[in-house]
Parts: sequence; C-alpha cells; structure tokens
Amino acid sequence: MIAKLFEFRLKGLVFLALVVFALPLFISNPFHYSLATQIALIAGAVVGLNLLVGFAGQISLGHAGFFGLGAYFSAIMTGHYDWSAVPALIVGAIGVGIIAWVVGRPILRLKGHYLSMATLAVGFIIAIILNNEREMTGGPDGMPVPAFDVFGWELSPFGQYSLFGLDISGDLAWYLFAGVVLLVAVWLAQNLIDSPIGRALRSVHGSEVAASVVGVNTTKYKSLVFVISAVYASVMGALYAHFQGFITPAVAGFEFSILLITMVVLGGMGSTIGVIIGAVVLELLPQVLADFQEFEMMLFGLILMLTMIFMPKGLLPTAANVLAKRRAKSAGADA
Amino acid sequence: MTALVEVNNLFKVFGGVNAVEGVSFAVDAGQVYSVIGPNGAGKTTLFNLITGLYTPTGGDVKLNGESIAKLEPSRLAERGMCRTFQQMQICMNMTAIENVMLGRHLTLKSNLLTTLFRLPALTRGEQAAHAKSAELMAFVGCGEYINAEASAMPYGALKRLEIARALAAEPKIILLDEPAAGLNAVETTALEALIRKIAEQGITVMLVEHDMKLVMNISDRLLVLNYGRVLAEGSPEQIRANPDVIAAYLGG
Repeated sequence: MIAKLFEFRLKGLVFLALVVFALPLFISNPFHYSLATQIALIAGAVVGLNLLVGFAGQISLGHAGFFGLGAYFSAIMTGHYDWSAVPALIVGAIGVGIIAWVVGRPILRLKGHYLSMATLAVGFIIAIILNNEREMTGGPDGMPVPAFDVFGWELSPFGQYSLFGLDISGDLAWYLFAGVVLLVAVWLAQNLIDSPIGRALRSVHGSEVAASVVGVNTTKYKSLVFVISAVYASVMGALYAHFQGFITPAVAGFEFSILLITMVVLGGMGSTIGVIIGAVVLELLPQVLADFQEFEMMLFGLILMLTMIFMPKGLLPTAANVLAKRRAKSAGADA
Repeated sequence: MTALVEVNNLFKVFGGVNAVEGVSFAVDAGQVYSVIGPNGAGKTTLFNLITGLYTPTGGDVKLNGESIAKLEPSRLAERGMCRTFQQMQICMNMTAIENVMLGRHLTLKSNLLTTLFRLPALTRGEQAAHAKSAELMAFVGCGEYINAEASAMPYGALKRLEIARALAAEPKIILLDEPAAGLNAVETTALEALIRKIAEQGITVMLVEHDMKLVMNISDRLLVLNYGRVLAEGSPEQIRANPDVIAAYLGG
C-alpha cells in the first residue's frame, strides 16, 4: 500500500495536501497564518516559473513583472472601477497571457544570457510603468486593494466565517483558500508535465535539435510555456494583492524576480514539490534573520551561488538522491 | 516515377568556403542510399541541408516533388523525414522511453484542455505511445533499458535509442549520420541487420558512414563527395571500380 503510494504519479500532491491541511493543527497565531498564506501564493507563482525554467530550460529574470501586472490589474479594476474580484482576476490573467505571448515571440528566439537580459528588461519596464502611472497605481507609494469577493461574498483576513458548522477566523479561511489554490496549481502543472506537451517542453531543455527533427515546433512550445508561467504569476499576483490589501510596485520589482528564480534554483529545477520547499525556505529565512535585513539580497545571492556550486539539482532532488544512495548502500550491506 | 528525394545543384557557402558545391542526386523510395567521402567532404553539411537545419545558399531539395529547402526541421518531420545525428542528440533530462515517446509527438494530437485536466483521451494516447515506444526499443535492440534514465545508458544503446526515436515518428525516409561511429565490430554487425530490417519495412534509408564494409554491404546506391563536390555516384560495384574514388581515398 505504502509502496504503491511511492509509485503514484501525484505522490507529491498528496504529500503537499497533507502538509497544507495539517498545518492549522500546529499554528494558530494570525501572523503565522498570514505568513503561510503569503508563502502559498508565492509558491504558486514559483510552480509556474518552474515550468518555464526547470522544465523548458528558458530563464526569466523578470517574472515579478507578470506577478505585479496581475496584482495591479486586479487592484485597479476592483478599486477604481468596482469590478468584482473574480472577473478582474480572469481578465487580468488573459491580458497578461496576451502580453507574455506578444513579448515572448521575439525574445524567446534569444538564448542563454541574451534571453536573461531581455526578460530582465521586460520586468524593469513593467516596474517603471507601475511606478510612473501615479493616477492609476499610486506610484511608489502603492495603493490599497479591496477584499477578495466571490459572488458578493467577501473573503477578508479580518472576517469571521463558518465552514461545515465550524467557526473559522478570516486568517485561517484565507490560508485554506490559498492552500487549495496552490494544490490546484500543482495539480495542473503536474498534468501538464506528464503529457505530450510536457515532454515537448522538456525536450526543448534536453536537446532543441532533437525536438525539432521529430516535429516539435520549439518556438511554439517556448511561447506556450512562457505564457502559461506568466498566467500563473498573474493569478497569484492578483490573489496576493487582495490578501495583502495594499501593494507597492515592489511586487513587480527586480529583487522579487530574483527571489522567485532563487526559489526555483534552491528548491530544485524541474521538481514541482522541490520549488515549493524553495519558496518556504526563502520566505521563512528573513523571519529568522530579521536582524540582518540589510544583508537580505546579499544572502539570497550567496544562497544562489552555493546552490549552483554544491547542489546544482536543488534541495529536494539532491536529498532524494542521497536517500536513494543510502538505501542502496544499506541494502548492499544486508546482502 | 519521381524520386522520393531530389537534390538539385545544391550549394552551401560558409564564409567564402564552398562546403557543398553544386551537388545533385536523386534517391528512389525504398533504397538504402549512402553518402561517403573523406573527412570534411561535406557529408554532414549535406544532411543538414536536406533536413532543414541549414538553409542552402543555392539550389533546391525536393521531397516527393515538393521543395523543402526553406522549411524548418519540424515541418519536415510532418512530411515524413526524420534523422539521427553524428553528435548524438538525446534528451538527458528524460528517461529512455520518454525519448522515444517524444518521437510520437506528431501522432499525439493533444490540446491544452485535455492536458491540464488529464482527460481520458490523453491517458489513452499516452498508453498507446508508451506501448509503441517499448516495441520500437525492442526492435532496435535496447529493450532492456525501458525504465532507465537516458543519462545512465551506455553509448551503443543511446545510438540505437536515437534510431528508435526517429522511427517512432513513422518516417518515410530516415537519415542516419554515422550510426556506426564508435561502435565495436559486434555492434556494427547488429547495426547492419537493423538497417536491413528498417529498409525491409519500406522506409527509405540515407546513410553517412565511414565503415566501408558496412556501406558496401547494405547500400543500393552510393554518392561519393570530395571537397563538397560529387566525385562519383552509382552502385557499390561501380563505386568500387571507379578510379577517381580510389585516388581520393588512397591519395594516389
């Protein structure tokens, strides 16, 4: 039974669901819920980025730009135009998808450092626009975002709700909502990877020439995954904005882009659960090291470097490897 | 009857050097057609031109009477042309069988919706692709590596795996670029049998190869290149007796 579970295609998802739903048994502090919600939403964006970076092998150093676009689109539509949150989120995601497609077509022809530079520039442009369109975005001072609502029903971290006869606080409700969103994000990503499209994406990473001679239109697949990862970022950005209730252009900033990519690299490129662990570690780290806040970026840089040097496959795949080797060794010793 | 592949006065110039210079020949369906010549003769360049990796400087390549000189490699796969590489192109981030299943790409019609929600149609297609790929791995003789990571496979098996991937695309013509390079005598004999089996299925085979024994054994026709030009073309007997070919190879 347990052995069968280890063979299961979605074992990571099952494991993640256990963690998500078990966590409220161990925490009750609103601050901890808030942190966990934030991590879940950012992890969702990282899962999307991993499709692009980990599986298709294309780098994006401007992904916070798409996260920020989704966040601001939702904030502006719900705040200035009284849209409901769900249509704002969906229209925003479609819009960001179209922008990613238009931008992606030309820049995905570039390879390696050139692609990094181009995506970096895209991120910068988005951040600059958000900073300068003061009337809409409030500029560098940021803007408030109304609470998330579904069909007139509002989800606020400060509310009180009842679910299946249980009283739950707004913090917990938001946490559970974000957790379910993350699980859906992981499920969709895993389905995408375990499919002909996923294989085509990984072949772009493995050997673009090989992919093309068996009929994979590599340009098309690179654009597709770029759009999908941008849509992931946009949706998570919109939810993040509603959850935080206030956003600044930092959500689209360069530092956040680097943080996202560091999460992917640290957790393990091409490992969906791994990158979530990366997100958890890098979101918790600043909490632990609150006294060294000025050195945060330096620390992230250091982590990125050390990961690349000592465990280029990332935390989870490296740990899995070590465990497998140990098991093989002890099996050998038994024999 | 028109030839399956028709090459007309093909040119490729790299910075003033004519890598391929006025090459013309035709390959009939069902043939094993080999391209030989000394190192640097332009054999791989010719293959790259035919399979769309390079765009010709001049001349034309026709597949089934249709010009393909300006098409992307992925479009050629749609028209039934597939190839392997001298420098093997295997996706080392995937398992062996996934590499072969990649070859089924064009036969698996999938859209984003069936993929994201993993609808039954997708699983069925995947199972069929898996079965077909396992069959092909057995056919080329690397069936024991079905569950292996590509990165854990030995060189000889990877060369076969690449052929299996090309066959998975159900090509009308397959181009093999030095399939015997790096293989020992036993493996080369097995490769010869494999190429015969492929040809027996009605798949046209084009071959670039240095192993003369292999080439002379299995080819219906040969093209000899030297410095980018056609030195001779004909049956193995004609080529063997051709004084120009002997001179080019022996430096006489």
